[in-house]
Amino acid sequence: MRVLPGFGLSLGITLAWLGVIVLLPLAAMCAKALGLSWDELWRVWSEPRVLAALQLSLLAAALAAAINLITGLLLAWVLVRYRFPGRQLADALVDLPFALPTAVAGIALTALYAKTGWYGEPLAGLGISVAFTPLAVVVALTFVTLPFVVRTVQPVIEALPVEIEEAAASLGASRWQTFRRVILPELIPALATGFALAFARGLGEFGSVVFVSGNIPLKTEILPVVIIGKLDQYRIQEATAVALLMLVLSFIMLTVIGLLQRWAQRRAA
Amino acid sequence: MSITIEGVSKRFGAFTAIDRLSLEIASGELVALLGPSGSGKTTLLRIIAGLEQPDEGRVLFTGRDQTGVSAKDRGVGFVFQHYALFRHMTVAENVAFGLRVRPRATRPPASEIRTRVEHLLKMVHLEWAGDRFPHQLSGGQRQRVALARALAVEPKVLLLDEPFGALDAKVRAELRRWLRDLHDATGVTTVFVTHDQEEALEVADRVVIINRGRIEQAGTPDEVYAHPANAFVHQFLGTVNVFRGRVQGGSLIVGEGDITVVRPHDIAIARARDERHPLAARVRQCGIAGALVRVDLALDDGRRAEALITHQRARELALQPGEAVWIGFDEFRTYAAPSPVAEPEYII
Repeated sequence: MRVLPGFGLSLGITLAWLGVIVLLPLAAMCAKALGLSWDELWRVWSEPRVLAALQLSLLAAALAAAINLITGLLLAWVLVRYRFPGRQLADALVDLPFALPTAVAGIALTALYAKTGWYGEPLAGLGISVAFTPLAVVVALTFVTLPFVVRTVQPVIEALPVEIEEAAASLGASRWQTFRRVILPELIPALATGFALAFARGLGEFGSVVFVSGNIPLKTEILPVVIIGKLDQYRIQEATAVALLMLVLSFIMLTVIGLLQRWAQRRAA
Repeated sequence: MSITIEGVSKRFGAFTAIDRLSLEIASGELVALLGPSGSGKTTLLRIIAGLEQPDEGRVLFTGRDQTGVSAKDRGVGFVFQHYALFRHMTVAENVAFGLRVRPRATRPPASEIRTRVEHLLKMVHLEWAGDRFPHQLSGGQRQRVALARALAVEPKVLLLDEPFGALDAKVRAELRRWLRDLHDATGVTTVFVTHDQEEALEVADRVVIINRGRIEQAGTPDEVYAHPANAFVHQFLGTVNVFRGRVQGGSLIVGEGDITVVRPHDIAIARARDERHPLAARVRQCGIAGALVRVDLALDDGRRAEALITHQRARELALQPGEAVWIGFDEFRTYAAPSPVAEPEYII
């Protein structure tokens, strides 16, 4: 059914817009990066600083997503299944890390985790320092990617019929068995999608990380910071080479997320 | 195993779902809890299962108090109206679930579980469906899987909540007979909830009619059908004509207090007035209702009544809409009001 008149025209505008806004900049970047030969590309990618940053970005994003997988599931469960005063406020708070300007989040986290901060001081007493360590990156990414798992799992929990839990109980299953064998399998596609979204977002995150991590080369430097460093030194081609690396990672994550969502839809059918 | 319900009450906020209800169900009995929606019948079933806790009173299984015993430990099989199958498990995995979650000490070995699942699937005529997923089956098939799953744990009591409510008429009729056969074969004490009087009367050993959280009447299908305890029961056991007033010596005396209930097939129709057919009426419409013919009648003052006559009688009378006829009540019952009767469908 075609509601809008001028199918050809609207399609043309859509494609042109996507081309100008999305494809052209990416293409320009790729062209710039591919101005380098394979060897040169490889040399940039295998620089110790780039490798260290890549490793930190991947690990920190994965760890943050894994933390949110568990806490996010718990949050979603409590928000759906229990009625308590302030539930709506708690529900709204979940979106805050996402809605907050990331620089604001970064400054807040730095203030909290610095040696004199509310968290930093007692932690320092325990011999744990967070600010300006790789741990800071994980903390910042955990904060920013909090909403993803919650928001993908929440509607699935809402749609779960209570009867399947009652059926499991009447068949003699314990609470843990009911969770493990009946509820969790229903949630796995949504959990996987939430994890992948959080991971993808964590890979590209910049604002909330830069203040609290200190950007120490080879130690707490993440990939976007490497790009900025190279731009500052007018090594534009090298910067675009790193950017290309990030773009490839993004495409892989997009594909994975797409596949996960298709899997989830098939399961739900 | 017998079930004793002793003075059970359950309130949801201001709404009283069950009101000091007591009931005794003998071991091996097949009992129907029949009532309109909101009558508390499902709540009662859920209390028996331990899915709901009563505010007052207690439930006993063979004399043993079940208060504080969770649904998990009651040993009941529960079948839900919408099947509540585990959709990520195959049919066989669904049926095996109750056996697989047992503690290791009482869990049968995998090979025995497999044999039992096969046996159960054969019993519900689904031996071919073990590897399918629930969404690949029809509603009636899914409900049979749910039954097999509930029976797998060898429950001492089988509870079914409107088990055929979501199915179409033909499948319902089939499954009803099948449930009766299954009960006769297993002998498990079975309680099922329904709002369909036909289902209750056809399948159950005993019918318990529930209204507003209380028992209106309990008895065999013959007893409750032939001797309804009150106008509510009479009205609930099939379509009836309800008249306000009393029939005396073949003629209807309009009155305020009493309620007369006449089943459609107890209305006799004739062309001429005689002592069996003393009331004047007009034919509004005729239509085939399966084995019988339904005649919509308008009485003298315009109130409506419904009669069911045989096809042969209909041919003899050859009724046409608008024609004047005479009617009488072969059988009827009069109840003293006030009675917990819904607004009468037809009033004189």
